[in-house]
Amino acid sequence: MLKGGVIMDVVTPEEAKIAEEAGACAVMALERVPSDIRRDGGVARMSDPEMIRGIKQAVSIPVMAKARIGHFVEAQLLEALDIDYIDESEVLTPADEANHIDKHPFKIPFVCGATNLGEALRRIGEGAAMIRSKGEAGTGDIVEAVRHLRQIRSEIRQLQGMENDELFAAAKNLQSPLSLVQEVAETGKLPVVMFSAGGVATPADAALMMQLGAEGVFVGSGIFKSSDPAKRAKAIVEATTHFADPERVLHASFGLGEPMQSIESRKLDESELLAQRGW
Amino acid sequence: MSRRAGPVGVLALQGGFEAHERLLRPLGAEVRQVRMPSDLDGLAALVLPGGESTTMMLGIEREGLAAPLAEFAASGRPVLATCAGAIILDDEHLGLIDLHCERNAYGGQIHSFEADLKFDGAGDDPFRGVFIRAPRFTRLGDDVVVLAEHDSAPVAVRERNIFAMSFHPELTADDRIHRRFIEMNLVNNVTDIDRKKAA
Repeated sequence: MLKGGVIMDVVTPEEAKIAEEAGACAVMALERVPSDIRRDGGVARMSDPEMIRGIKQAVSIPVMAKARIGHFVEAQLLEALDIDYIDESEVLTPADEANHIDKHPFKIPFVCGATNLGEALRRIGEGAAMIRSKGEAGTGDIVEAVRHLRQIRSEIRQLQGMENDELFAAAKNLQSPLSLVQEVAETGKLPVVMFSAGGVATPADAALMMQLGAEGVFVGSGIFKSSDPAKRAKAIVEATTHFADPERVLHASFGLGEPMQSIESRKLDESELLAQRGW
Repeated sequence: MSRRAGPVGVLALQGGFEAHERLLRPLGAEVRQVRMPSDLDGLAALVLPGGESTTMMLGIEREGLAAPLAEFAASGRPVLATCAGAIILDDEHLGLIDLHCERNAYGGQIHSFEADLKFDGAGDDPFRGVFIRAPRFTRLGDDVVVLAEHDSAPVAVRERNIFAMSFHPELTADDRIHRRFIEMNLVNNVTDIDRKKAA
C-alpha cells in the first residue's frame, strides 16, 4: 500500500532509518544514487546483497531493490533475498536490449519505468505491478518527469475518446496488448498504481507531479544529495500528502537548505539519457 | 440518505484511501478525505485505510490528529480500520481498540495471499480476503468480538463502534462489509434524530 507516499533512494542502513523516520512509505536500497552512477560511469549492476540485507534489517517499511533491464537472474536473487519489490530499472545498465524480464513467474511485485502509455502497457503485459514515469534520474531536473507523466495521461485521455472499433488500431500503434488498451479506454487509468520518478528535488516538484496525476513519487538523489536530508525528506512527504494545498506545500518549503547539485537534462548528451533505455 | 447521515471520512495521509472511496460512493455515501483535524468536523463515520503504518503514524503526529481521532472514536461513531489502519489503532499506537497487532506477521510482500472468509454478518457467501503484508491480531481484549477468522486466528474484529480487519475489504468488488458499515452509520443517525425528538 504505497499510494500517496514517497519512496526514497538510500545507500546505507543509516539513510534508510532517516527515510523511515521522515515518513517514507518505502525505501529503494542501492549502492549508488543515480547522480553518482551518472558521474562514475561504467556498468551499473544490482547492488551487493549484503548491503540490501543490511537495509532490510534496519527498517520495517517495504524495501525495493533494482535489477538490470532483462536480467532475470538478478531478479531471482532479489526474490530469494525476500525484499518487497523489484525495480527493473533503466538507472542500471541494461542486460538485454531486446527483452525485459518476464515478470509473471515471480511472486514478488515489479515496478517498471515508462515514458509513454505504450511502454507502460508493455511492462504491465509482462507482469509489472506498478509503473513509474521515468523522468531523467540523477539530474534534479523535473522537466522529463513532467514530459513523461503528461504523455501517459494524455494518451490515456485519447483512448477514452475513441470508439470501440478504433481501439484495435490504437493497440497496434501503441504496440501494446489489446486487452489492456481496452481496459484503459474503459477506466481512464492504468490497471496498476502509477508513481512519478526522475528529477524530484523539492516539495514543489513532488506536489507538481501529484497534481499532474501521479499516485506517489520516487525521490532518488534529491534527498540524500541535498544539504539537510532529514528535513527535506520530511518536507517532501508533507508536500506529497497535501499536494493540492499550496499553503501546506509552502509551509513545507521553508528552511530546507541547498537542494542537490542539479544538471539541466537538455545539456546532457543523447548517450547519457537514462530514460531511453528500455523499449 | 447520505446527506442526512453526514459524510464518511477516509484518512488520506497515505495509503489505499481511494479504493475505499470507490466502494463507498456507489453505496450513496458522501466521502471526504481527512488530512487534518478540521476535516473530521461533522463526519458520520471514518475509515482508516491500509498503507504504511509508520508513515501514517508520522503523519498523524505531524498533523496533530491523535487526540481528535481518539475523540471521534469515543463519540461512538463507526470507525472501519483495515490493515495498517488497524495497526495504528492498537495498544502500541493510538490505543483506540483493545488489541495488539504484530506487524508483517505473515511475512513480506511475497507472502501476500487471498483466502475465503466466513464473515459474521455478511451472509452465507464467503468474503474474499486480500492479505498484503498483513498484521496478526495477537491479543484481544475482553470486549473485542471476532467477526472472521483465518486458520483459527482472528482477522476481523469489532469493539463497540470500532471495526478492525487485517485484510483489505476495499480491494475486492464485494461491497458487503462497506455496506454494513454504512448501514450502521445510518442506524446511528436515526438514533441521533430520535434523541433530538425526545429532547
